Formats: sequence, C-alpha cells, structure tokens
Amino acid sequence: MTGFGSILAQALGLIASGDAALMEIIGLSLRVTLSAVALSCLIGLPLGAAVGAFRFPGRTALCVVLNALMGLPPVVVGLLVYLMLSAAGPLGPLALLYTPSAMVIAQTVLVTPIVAALTRQVVEDLNQEYDEQFKSLGVTGAGRVSALLWDARFSLLTVALAGFGRAVAEVGAVIIVGGNINHVTRVMTTTIALETSKGNLELALALGVVLLGIAVTVNAAVMGLRASAVRSAYA
Amino acid sequence: MIRRSVLSLTAAVTLSLGFSLPVVAQDDFIIVQSTTSTQNSGLFDHILPIFRAATGIEVRVVAVGTGQAIRNAANGDGDVLFVHSKPSEEAFVKNGDGVRRFDVMYNDFVIVGPPADPADVTGMSDVVNALKQIAAAEAPFASRGDDSGTNKAELRLWAEAGIDASAASGEWYRETGSGMGATLNTGTAMGAYIMTDRATWIAFGNKGDYQIAVEGDPKMFNQYGIILVNPEKHPNVKADAGQAFVDWVLSDEGQAAIAGYQQDGQQLFFPNADS
Repeated sequence: MTGFGSILAQALGLIASGDAALMEIIGLSLRVTLSAVALSCLIGLPLGAAVGAFRFPGRTALCVVLNALMGLPPVVVGLLVYLMLSAAGPLGPLALLYTPSAMVIAQTVLVTPIVAALTRQVVEDLNQEYDEQFKSLGVTGAGRVSALLWDARFSLLTVALAGFGRAVAEVGAVIIVGGNINHVTRVMTTTIALETSKGNLELALALGVVLLGIAVTVNAAVMGLRASAVRSAYA
Repeated sequence: MIRRSVLSLTAAVTLSLGFSLPVVAQDDFIIVQSTTSTQNSGLFDHILPIFRAATGIEVRVVAVGTGQAIRNAANGDGDVLFVHSKPSEEAFVKNGDGVRRFDVMYNDFVIVGPPADPADVTGMSDVVNALKQIAAAEAPFASRGDDSGTNKAELRLWAEAGIDASAASGEWYRETGSGMGATLNTGTAMGAYIMTDRATWIAFGNKGDYQIAVEGDPKMFNQYGIILVNPEKHPNVKADAGQAFVDWVLSDEGQAAIAGYQQDGQQLFFPNADS
C-alpha cells in the first residue's frame, strides 16, 4: 500500500492526462447525476413546498414518510427500478434497462425524497413567518407555494446540493440498473467499485479523489452563482 | 416572470441532459450477461474488439456473479448468457430460457493462501484432502457465499470432503457475500484461504504476500458455457445478433482470440468448443 501523497499525485496525473476514457466516465457521471437532480427538483420542490405550506389530513404521516424515504438504501432503489424496467417487468417494452436513462430514473427515485423532505422544512419555517402577510394580501394556493419557493431559493440551492451529493456518490442503484457497461453506463462510482474488485486499490482511491474534486467543483460553482445572485438581488 | 424563466430553464436543462444521452441504434448491440472473472481478467477487452471488427456488432457486457447473471437472463434482460456453472446452465436451458448450451473454454480454480500456511496445504494437488486439513486446523477460509459459479464449485468440493462448512460460518468459515475481487481483498486481509479462478488471481492487483497453495486437481476444472437466450420465450431477444456472437465465439477465429489472451505471459483461458 502506497501513501496518500502518491495517491493524490496519481489522481492529479489522471486528470492532467486528459485520458479519453476517464473524461467519458466523468462526463457520464455528471450528465446522469445532474439530470437526476434536475428531475428531482422539478418533482420535489413543488411537492415539498405544498406539504410545507398547507394543512391537510394525513400531513404528519406524509412528513414522516418523506423523511423516512431519505434513508432509502440505493441497492433497494436499484432493485425496484430493475424490476420495473426488466424485460419481465411492467416497463420492459421501453427497453430502458442498462441505459443511462435507467440510471437517471434510479437516482431520481433516490434523490426526490431528499429534495422534498428538506424543502418541506425550509418552506414550513418561512410560511410561519409570512403567514400573516399572505392572509392580509389574500394569497392562497399556488401563489403561496411559488412565492415561498422563490423567497427560499437560496436555501433551496443547498437542498439541491444535498441531493447532488447523494446521487453523485451512490453506486448501489446505478450498478444494478446500468450494469456498469464499458463506454455505455460506466460512471465514476461503478469504476471505483470495479477497480477495487480488480485489486487496483491505489487507482480506485485516486478515482475517488477525482470524484471528490468533481463534487467540490460543482458545489463551488453553485455557491459562486448563489453569491452573485444574492448581490444582484440586494444591490 | 423570473420565476417562469427559472422553471423553463430547469426544464430545458433536464431535457437536454436527460434525453440527449447518446442513443445507439437498437440493432447495433447485444447484451451479454456474464461473470466477473471474464471481465476482471480482461478477456472481454481483448476479444470483443476483434468480434466487433469482424461483424460490426457491439457487445455490452453486464458482469455479475453466475447466479445473478442467470436470473437476469431468465427475466429476458440479455441476449446471450456466458457463465461457468454447468448444472445451472443446463437447468436454464431445460426451463426454456435458453436455446442450447455450448462449451466455450476452461481454466481452473486454485486455492490461494498466506505464507504462514496454518493448515499446511501448500503444494497439495488433492483439493478434497486440502479442504479437510483446512477444516481440521480451523484455519480461516473466505468463501464468496454469493451463489456464483465459483461459490457453487466450492460448495460441491466441501460436500465431497464430507464437511458442513456452513456450520462453521462466522467462525473459521467466512462468507463474504461478495464478488471474487472483493472476497480476495477481504480474505487476504484476514489471512484466510480463498478459492478463486486462476484468471482472476493472475490479473488481481492486490495479492500482497499471498501465493497459490493448492492447484492441479482435475476436480478444480472450471468450464465456461455460452447460451443464446430463447427468443421464443423472451421476444425482445436479438436472436440474429446474439446467434452471431455465439457462432463467432465457437468458431476457429473466436477460439483463437480466446487462446491468444495472455497476462504476465500466461494464457488465462483455454478454448475447448466442439469443432
């Protein structure tokens, strides 16, 4: 086992080399995960905001379920999506199994509860603050949800980043529905799992450092956008 | 207004990311359900480009344990099954999930062990006696425990030795429930004996000070077979392209490609299709 210094050097060397296969894998990782996070936000933001803004029967139970689903094991999600997409399953005719789309679906199932549950909390807190204003202005229904989402937008960026972190790091779901097929469905995490199983531990760890670098880059980009948006919003 | 533009931007990003993923024409590829040993040893990286150059067909390999590969194929999620557990393969064909099974190639299993050799089995070629000695010494033995082809072969050998190893599970007999590589990583770290196919062992990058302890017993013969998934039972199977792959693997050209794959100067798989 070599030291962490040489692993870091190997990771930097991997990036610097611009190896086409590695770039393809990084590109697919980003496309799959960003697509899944975008879809999760499209579903989870309005869903979480609605649960946060309104009172209705069964609301507490729904909150418990949403919070509990944040702990969905990726392998279980992978198996569920596999059973749906398998040729023997109900969505078999779509022929999506072992494609990047299947991986997007699995990660969307995994991340949507996280986005919805965290959004619910953010929006609920804001809703209490705004309640009297909404009442005095007569804002109800969808108007209230969209106003809350808009005013919470900076907090919700962190919610989206939490979802991104979960999706970009998971291997259990994408390896089942994607199959880790070279040049088709191989992403960073499945490559790390494969290299580990080949006993190439240094390479696996170096790829892990590269993955961490990608996560840092995405987070930095989003936080940079946020900072400039905040400046222009309050300028 | 701004809100609407944010929403439409999100939608546009989603659409462009999610649905512009490269779509290959449906007929240009087949899916082969196979095992980790063929993939991790690098065999597929060697032979598939040759097949593609000859036929233009892309082969997408899903490499899992033999048990899982067979279950996936029985769901119709694959065009060809390429694994190594003859009894399970024959059952697969008998159930109507496969058309016909053919021998493709073989290699052999070996038992690797730590240099301390607590059961004193190094150099043995009688695997049944070696397992008896390991059990008698209660020396750690790491098993796949995952219903894979290697796991099934190992369980057959324990049965032949008359030892109920699962009774010692959690003590000296340790079932990792993982793939070959993961079991080698775990087993070498705990000083256990491990049964592995020779190809995976030669290509494995984390051997530490481990060496082959037991080898050369005909009972450790490891036969690989290939089966076209039955298009009559599973209509989505790409029968023509799948059959082309089966035919090529069994042809002189395919068999020569398998024989030509070497690592560290050693041939890893030995073709033995009926000519």
